[in-house]
Amino acid sequence: MTASAFTIERSTPASRLAMLAAMLTLVVLVLAPWWANRADLRLIGEIATYLALASLWNLLAGYAGLVSVGQQAYVGFGGYMLFALAMFGGINPLFAIPLAGVLGAIIAAPVALLVFRLQGAYFAIGTWVVAEVFRLLFSQVSALGGGSGTSLPVDLVRSIASGRDLREMLVYWATLALGAGTVIGIYALLRSRRGLALTAIRDSESAAQSLGIDIWRTKLTVYLLVAGATSMVGAIIFFQKLRISPDAAFSVNDWTAFVIFITVIGGIGTIEGPIIGTLVFFLLRELLADLGTLYLMILGLVAVLVMLKAPHGLWGLLANRLNLSLFPVGRRLKITSKE
Amino acid sequence: MPDPALLEIRDLEAHYGDFQALFGVSMEVAAGEVIAVIGANGAGKSTLLKNIAGLMISPPGMIAFDGLPIGDAPAHEIVAKGIALVPEGRRLFASLSVEENLRIGGQLNRAGPWNLTRIYQLFPVLAERRNVASMSLSGGEQQMAAIARSLMANPRLLLCDEISLGLAPIVVHNIYAQLPQIVAEGTAVIIVEQDIIRALQAADRVYCLQEGRVALEGMAGELTREAISAAYFGV
Amino acid sequence: MTEWINAVLQGVLLGGLYALFAAGLSLIFGVMRLVNIAHGDLIVLAAFIALAVIDVTGIPALASFVVVVPAMAILGYALQRAVLNRTLGPDILPPLLVTFGLSVIIQNGLLELFTADSRRINAGAIEVASFPLAAGVNIGVLPAITFIIAVAVIGGLQLLFYRTALGRAFRATSDDREVAQLMGLDNRHIYGLAMALSLAVVAVAGILLAVRTNFDPAAGPARLIFGFEAVIIGGLGNLWGTLIGGIILGVAQTVGARIDPGWQLLAGHFAFVTVLVLRPNGLFPRMTG
Repeated sequence: MTASAFTIERSTPASRLAMLAAMLTLVVLVLAPWWANRADLRLIGEIATYLALASLWNLLAGYAGLVSVGQQAYVGFGGYMLFALAMFGGINPLFAIPLAGVLGAIIAAPVALLVFRLQGAYFAIGTWVVAEVFRLLFSQVSALGGGSGTSLPVDLVRSIASGRDLREMLVYWATLALGAGTVIGIYALLRSRRGLALTAIRDSESAAQSLGIDIWRTKLTVYLLVAGATSMVGAIIFFQKLRISPDAAFSVNDWTAFVIFITVIGGIGTIEGPIIGTLVFFLLRELLADLGTLYLMILGLVAVLVMLKAPHGLWGLLANRLNLSLFPVGRRLKITSKE
Repeated sequence: MPDPALLEIRDLEAHYGDFQALFGVSMEVAAGEVIAVIGANGAGKSTLLKNIAGLMISPPGMIAFDGLPIGDAPAHEIVAKGIALVPEGRRLFASLSVEENLRIGGQLNRAGPWNLTRIYQLFPVLAERRNVASMSLSGGEQQMAAIARSLMANPRLLLCDEISLGLAPIVVHNIYAQLPQIVAEGTAVIIVEQDIIRALQAADRVYCLQEGRVALEGMAGELTREAISAAYFGV
Repeated sequence: MTEWINAVLQGVLLGGLYALFAAGLSLIFGVMRLVNIAHGDLIVLAAFIALAVIDVTGIPALASFVVVVPAMAILGYALQRAVLNRTLGPDILPPLLVTFGLSVIIQNGLLELFTADSRRINAGAIEVASFPLAAGVNIGVLPAITFIIAVAVIGGLQLLFYRTALGRAFRATSDDREVAQLMGLDNRHIYGLAMALSLAVVAVAGILLAVRTNFDPAAGPARLIFGFEAVIIGGLGNLWGTLIGGIILGVAQTVGARIDPGWQLLAGHFAFVTVLVLRPNGLFPRMTG
């Protein structure tokens, strides 16, 4: 038997290129306040928030096997917590964002204990019921505007920074940080040992369990993390809107339907999927948004067709054709010499 | 072969994804014959039956029943043509009573000698337990029920997959004792068995599979122990 | 005191409607382990079809059953064979996401065709008729008819499942779809028939809903949730349990509304959460999820 020297590689030439491109893009985006106008900044911010929401939903459904159609519960919860913390706690809205995230993770604990009693599609509807309950409960809180909602007081908004431009820059960077941070965080998670456990669960729960992976604990951890992060995104979304109401906060269309379509069309169970999906989604929106309800129907139809014909989404098709992985999480053996 | 072949298999190949389970198996069954297919675990016996029964699809020309190609027909159509499979592990319907299991076997209302009365004559113990939940039967009773269920389809060819599995010898003996009556009504039978002695006693002809190929075939009474061992284990 | 009795009675009768919402959902899950997220939207679709038929032909409201029930049954068979059969398998994502997509398509399609206006089917005097049970205690005729229809439908379904060859085929296919094929049963056809049956029940539920309250294209998800809660409270795989689940949900809602009108929905959800916490498998389960 000949002995060989080898190394373990984690990246590919394509992925190294993608990493470079991603870093360059990030630098360009960070500098955006100097080359983009206000509307462009808003758009980039919106793309970043949907990218975050889609990546998080993908982590939950595509990796942990928890298909939730109730994540709007945390988007709305985060939004309301930001308003409450800022209006009643006197906390600077920018600091209230991560705080809202923490609160979101905390409230997710009892919710998880409840909905984890349900399986599969019943779990999904259960999460929807929870979101409905959140909506109904917040409609009862008159201090936050009850059923019609409330607006963020102007002086609170002004407390962030002195000038309007500076304010917009800070909020933009916060949104960008959240968007990029979510994708990077998820990538780091999936490359870690925890992530390996998640991927094992995704591929086969019973096999993962027989290896000693605590399925329940892993799923719970992911659920809490995703809830917290989603709450942060919700906080920043509604901070930008300056106004919140139960229907807007807990809207199934805005925070779940679009997110699911993005992830399905882009490709579930991959990191690249939500990125592609978000870009395609905003492209379609630019082209079709005038069509109103027809636009939503087309979106739904495309999602159904993709799920039936190409279950791994657009990225799945591309990756298969080109044998590509831009965000590789696995390890490869490379023989460097034979003796 | 005195009668024209009821079932004819020619160079059958079968795959599970990338894994090939059968490599050019050929076989003939005449009307009223009892054929035993023996072989070690993984030799491809169950795969063979699944292909005949339509649970696995093969190119049309490889399997012919009554001269007509059936390889690509799905399972529910194969039953209608007159081939019934008693699956490995009995697999009675848990939500159905014993009699309901039998009735569903007769779902297609094919003409023939087998009906509830006749079945209950063949297996009286099933008559006693007709309204009981099927899963509360003993192993042997379940096996009888599974065979009876398939007979209700009035097949001209009955496929039995490992009916002795997990059963006590006396129970297996009782079940096999009914085989002659089944054959007498005009049904050909293919039995897949790990119990070689039982298989040789019950069958007219024997095929031995080894790693997806026919390693030996012949009349049951004429095969020697050595020949069978060699074919079975491939040594 | 009589007000509370009235509230409970109304809740029981409302439970009949919820049981109808739930029955179709429960049936499909029992036969093919599919949870149809578009279920509520299909109820609303049936209501709109009934509305359109009545507008065009002028037939009396409750006669619309004759047209809408077969129409929805055919739609169900076609939907199952053309789309949903392709999603069945070990992975839970495809059926969930496809039916979610269908839900969005149906809602927006209805919005496009009928606008967001709230509608109602006019059934005439029967809508407000009531008869007294005791002093101060009244029962609405329409709610009573709805409850009786619900009991009849569930009884009919039970009969079908346990006394007929088709029901036997459903149960066998649900137990072991591979061996069911060995009995000569074509899975695709059986699943198509099951969905046809489910949508027939959905049609009945939709018409009764339309006569009873206002509805609009976005009313689907709420109906799905009520049906779902009734199934979970009652226990999976048990149609009579679903009726009880519907009644419990209905009573919780009407009693909650009595305490405070804004609490109606919350009271129902509270009952659901309580059962989920104390009895995760429901009150009378016959199978696990």
